Amino acid sequence: MKRILLIVFLLNVTLLSACSPKGPVTLTVMTHDSFAASESVITAFEQANNVKIIFLKSGDAVAALNKAILSKDAPLADVFYGVDNTFLSRAFDAGIYEPYASPLLAKIPAEFQLDPQDRAQPVDYGDICINYDKAYFAAHNLTVPTSLEDLVKPEYNGLLVVENPATSSPGLAFLLATVAHFGETSYLDYWRSMRANGVVVVDGWETAYYTNFSASSGHGPQPLVVTYGSSPAAEVIYASPPLTDAPTASILGPDTCFRQIEFVGILKGTRHLGLAQKFVDFVLSQPFQEDIPLQMFMYPVNTDASLPQEFTQYAQTAPQPATLDPTVIAANRDKWIADWTAAVLH
Amino acid sequence: MSIYHAPKVRGQEGTQTKGITRFRVLVSSWLRPVLPWLGVSIFMGLFFFYPLARILWLGLNPTALKTLDLASLLLAFHSLLFTFYQATLSTILTLVLGLPAAFLFARYAFKGKSLLRALTAIPFMLPTVVVAAGFNALLGPRGWVNLGLMDLFHLQAAPISIVGTLGVILLAHVFYNTTIVIRLVGNALAHLDPRLEQAARTLGADPPRVLNRVTLPLLRPSILAASVLVFIFDFTSFGVILLLGGPGFSTLEVEIYKQAMQIFNLPLAGLLSLIQLLCTLAFSILYSRIVRRTAVTSAPRAAGTNLRNARTFRQKFFLGGMVLLLLALFLLPLVSLPLRSLTRLEADRGERGQVRYGLTGDYYTELFINRRDSIFYVPPFAAIGNSLGYAALTVVLSLALGFPVASALARPRRLEQLLDPFLMLPLGASALTLGLGFIVTFNRPPLALVASPLLVPLAHTLIALPFVIRSLQPALASIPDRLRQAAALLGASPHRVWFTVDWPIVARATISAAVFAFTVSLGEFGATSLVIRPEYPTLPIAIARFLSQPGGMNYGQAMAMATVLMVVCGIGILLIERMRLPGAGEF
Amino acid sequence: MLELINIYKSYEGQALLRGISFTVAAGETVCLLGPSGSGKSTLLRIIAGLETPEQGQVRWDGEDLAPVPIHLRSFGLVFQDYALFPHLNVAENVAFGLKMQNLAGAGIYLRVANILEMVNLAGFGDRRVTDLSGGEQQRVALARALAPNPRLLMFDEPLGALDRSLREQLMDELHRILHKSGVPAIYVTHDQEEAFTLADRVLLLHDGGIVRSGTPEQVWSDPGSVWAAQFLDAGNVVAGVVMSNKRPFQVETSAGVFELNCRHAHSVGEKVNLLVSRRGVRQAADGRVSGVVVDVIFRQDGFKVTLENDLDFYLPSAPRMGEKIYLSIPATGLKCLL
Repeated sequence: MKRILLIVFLLNVTLLSACSPKGPVTLTVMTHDSFAASESVITAFEQANNVKIIFLKSGDAVAALNKAILSKDAPLADVFYGVDNTFLSRAFDAGIYEPYASPLLAKIPAEFQLDPQDRAQPVDYGDICINYDKAYFAAHNLTVPTSLEDLVKPEYNGLLVVENPATSSPGLAFLLATVAHFGETSYLDYWRSMRANGVVVVDGWETAYYTNFSASSGHGPQPLVVTYGSSPAAEVIYASPPLTDAPTASILGPDTCFRQIEFVGILKGTRHLGLAQKFVDFVLSQPFQEDIPLQMFMYPVNTDASLPQEFTQYAQTAPQPATLDPTVIAANRDKWIADWTAAVLH
Repeated sequence: MSIYHAPKVRGQEGTQTKGITRFRVLVSSWLRPVLPWLGVSIFMGLFFFYPLARILWLGLNPTALKTLDLASLLLAFHSLLFTFYQATLSTILTLVLGLPAAFLFARYAFKGKSLLRALTAIPFMLPTVVVAAGFNALLGPRGWVNLGLMDLFHLQAAPISIVGTLGVILLAHVFYNTTIVIRLVGNALAHLDPRLEQAARTLGADPPRVLNRVTLPLLRPSILAASVLVFIFDFTSFGVILLLGGPGFSTLEVEIYKQAMQIFNLPLAGLLSLIQLLCTLAFSILYSRIVRRTAVTSAPRAAGTNLRNARTFRQKFFLGGMVLLLLALFLLPLVSLPLRSLTRLEADRGERGQVRYGLTGDYYTELFINRRDSIFYVPPFAAIGNSLGYAALTVVLSLALGFPVASALARPRRLEQLLDPFLMLPLGASALTLGLGFIVTFNRPPLALVASPLLVPLAHTLIALPFVIRSLQPALASIPDRLRQAAALLGASPHRVWFTVDWPIVARATISAAVFAFTVSLGEFGATSLVIRPEYPTLPIAIARFLSQPGGMNYGQAMAMATVLMVVCGIGILLIERMRLPGAGEF
Repeated sequence: MLELINIYKSYEGQALLRGISFTVAAGETVCLLGPSGSGKSTLLRIIAGLETPEQGQVRWDGEDLAPVPIHLRSFGLVFQDYALFPHLNVAENVAFGLKMQNLAGAGIYLRVANILEMVNLAGFGDRRVTDLSGGEQQRVALARALAPNPRLLMFDEPLGALDRSLREQLMDELHRILHKSGVPAIYVTHDQEEAFTLADRVLLLHDGGIVRSGTPEQVWSDPGSVWAAQFLDAGNVVAGVVMSNKRPFQVETSAGVFELNCRHAHSVGEKVNLLVSRRGVRQAADGRVSGVVVDVIFRQDGFKVTLENDLDFYLPSAPRMGEKIYLSIPATGLKCLL
């Protein structure tokens, strides 16, 4: 009797599991810790495609990329969102991407489309710029520097804080800007002058911005900091009590900012190629692109996307940003960092 | 703990039965010493050695090794030297503060004692990001100390620039690790038979000599245990060096980070990780050798009997001085965080130095609002719940795995002597390397754990295990067999012997171990960031998110979250310490 | 000479010691005898300086010891469970007090060897104290206390943990050592056999006070109070009523009428207690004490005979069970108790 009951029970279980309605497919997106998006935007995509999206946040941009490379034979996700142009070559060399020519690429200016093979698609961009504390400069009757060359002038001694390119992504970007501007032979001389002019070096962006920068809540000693061009907008948006004007602004001289372009790509070996392609289309489409500024404080690449008011008012992109070819960066980055360390820290 | 049952020999059933019996005896005599180690071995083998081996192999296979040149080796050597140097200094300083503090807590009763002790334990649980913020708020270029001095002496520039120097690194290490000394040594001290010291006094020893010749020698095992743990922590220090020390300083772990992450030079990163691992193993072996030689059994005393109030002037001076010192070191950096979370600091408009303050609860209320409709919004209670949940799991898992091992270590045989040093390794392994190892090992079935939130308590348990074992081991070792034998002769089964003899003595150490595991888990950031399921973030992760974006609100919310973390930690510690375990009594 | 003057001490709110006063002269061994929990150990600790009395003074040769710290009093203390230093071996334990006196190494070595020989532990110097038996540990504890030539030795129930034959052996050795060294000693115990063997003077401690003081013989033969007699089990305690006004007093008891020569004055009708010794009694037809035999036990020094009125006596020959016997008690066998 007991045995019969057991068999019946097992049969029921198997039948039920076989008959259960198909649940949504899961699509896994691997990204870095700074990724953010609005719930409504994502939910709209999920519902439209009967898919559940799982985000795997994998550390900062470099850490996430390394993890993707290390797991490429059994990828952890279907899509990777977040490599920037300074490390793009590493991603390509490791061959982690599945090429995809999204139809939405037509909406994206050519300057962002760095990969003719469409292995990765540009999805957002931002500038690493020097921000200055307006109140400080007003109080001290100082003129705001307008170029990289200005920064070595004696009146700015000890007023600039930069991040260590070996440990910080904005720091690396700024270093690349100086390489782009002064060239490979002279950029070290520039840095030696900077060192003589009292430039402060710290290891991470949090330290630079929240400990050293004078216009942040940390009330540090330096009124000039290497940060994102969108930081002034963030200061306004996240201010308490509300502000009517940004307390900071970016220096937008020639090559003073470095343009960071972020890419999204489908990971090779994905089992949901169609869905992954739809997701790439989605992040390049207007709804997601318009969501990017207030979530990630980056600029959308889709020309159709409009910017929120705080961005147009307070954030700036550089008219003449510094850029370098990703393969050149890949070939020389480590050497530049080592040389810089020797010139500035030792 | 005896789990051995005599095999039942059934009468005259012939040689076949005898053979089976002999086999059974053989198996169980082989099995018995191994059994306590089974859990830990499987756990560590799977979640530590295997991933580590895989990632090291990736970096250190013969083809990759060829890329190592002299410059890399020199770099490795320099990092190693500095790592040793700062770890040694930090450990010495931690002992200098920690030993008197241990005496304070073990010997004296005074108002607010458990609060003060919980205060010294809070830093251990705070992620470096928070501690750095606190130190900067206190000692930074625009910190209170400097602002105060500038005001007082009408100075233009900040007189104290400790941030960015070796000094702040050492200070932060002491800040973090003093609690280890206080707990391990304080526990041993509380259980010391007071009559030994009294005997020494009647034999003509004045208090300093009693300390020197009786108390400290008897405390040696716990002092060593604490020193080794503190040293290993300082040796593998990462966040403190990076955030407070700055670019001028580079330990092994920082170099591993740079090489593995930015440069993706896995061979060099692998080499450095291996060096770090071997060093940890060496310290661990040294430690077990020394402890084995100096371990001493004496019937422990009830912990409460040694407490007294300060009576003489010298005692009062010591008490007052130590309390002030501890408050200064622990309270001041920590109190800046809640203060910052409650004050609205407005950016300067106009005159430099005039910062307008106002008390506000805005940052706390903002925590509950998902203003940006972010899909990754973390409701504070969810973050607290996640943190506490992981911590609870970690406590249970590490106690379950650690207890049998600590018992086995209390009566070491050859197997124990061999395996003992390996227990410390998780503390000394590079968290970054291990994290990468996890990625390559657990990314496919049957162990596709990389996306599972279970990985968090597993990682936490790895790190908590050495603490738990080292906390339990001295207590278990100190129970003289006489007591157990007496109980057994009085008719107690092995089970009851354990419950009535071992447990009361060990209960206190178990609480101490549980507190360790709890605090390690709550404040863990490095390993937790390995888990890449953002739906179950912990408090430290949530704090880091706020600090990764500019804006007064973000900073304020980070401070508010940090305060919440501190309060949760403090309450957790106090609760666990107050817990009356059944059968444990005053022990 | 040690002097205790009016020592008061309470423990957890209850009075433990109430006005203890006594002296210990040079070369004298004084035993504090009392039940467990009567404060004997506390008294020793007060003398050693490990605790302070609430009232009263401890004096040595007239000097008040209150301002003198423990390590300068030079009083040796042998603890109840020896309190040997587990991290030192036997020789190092014994040498501890000598090291505190900053003696030269050679001197220490010699003295340790001498002391170890005196306590019959020659050659044990290298042994770990945790490997020793109870008796050996006790001897190390004694050696350790003796080595630095203390001016007073104190023993806190040191033989409690040992078996009977070992205890007797050690008692004799202790007696010998104490007399040989001439050091004044206070010996605290609840075992009267130890007390009577070792003491020059016995002090009975009860309810926080000293109720009887004297040589062992004096205390034994004349306990002085019902409690003392019962504690010492010095004989039969019999309650009775006084029948006459003059010495010798006639006291009527359930066992018969006794004639008591007591130095106290008693009046008719007064209720008194008598101590009737068990020994020196003989069966006699005209004996005043009578009773039916209910139990007879063979002992090495006579047959212990118990009567139905709960009195027991040691008789040279065994009477029959159920037999009513008559006993004659010598005058010396009767003492009055208060």
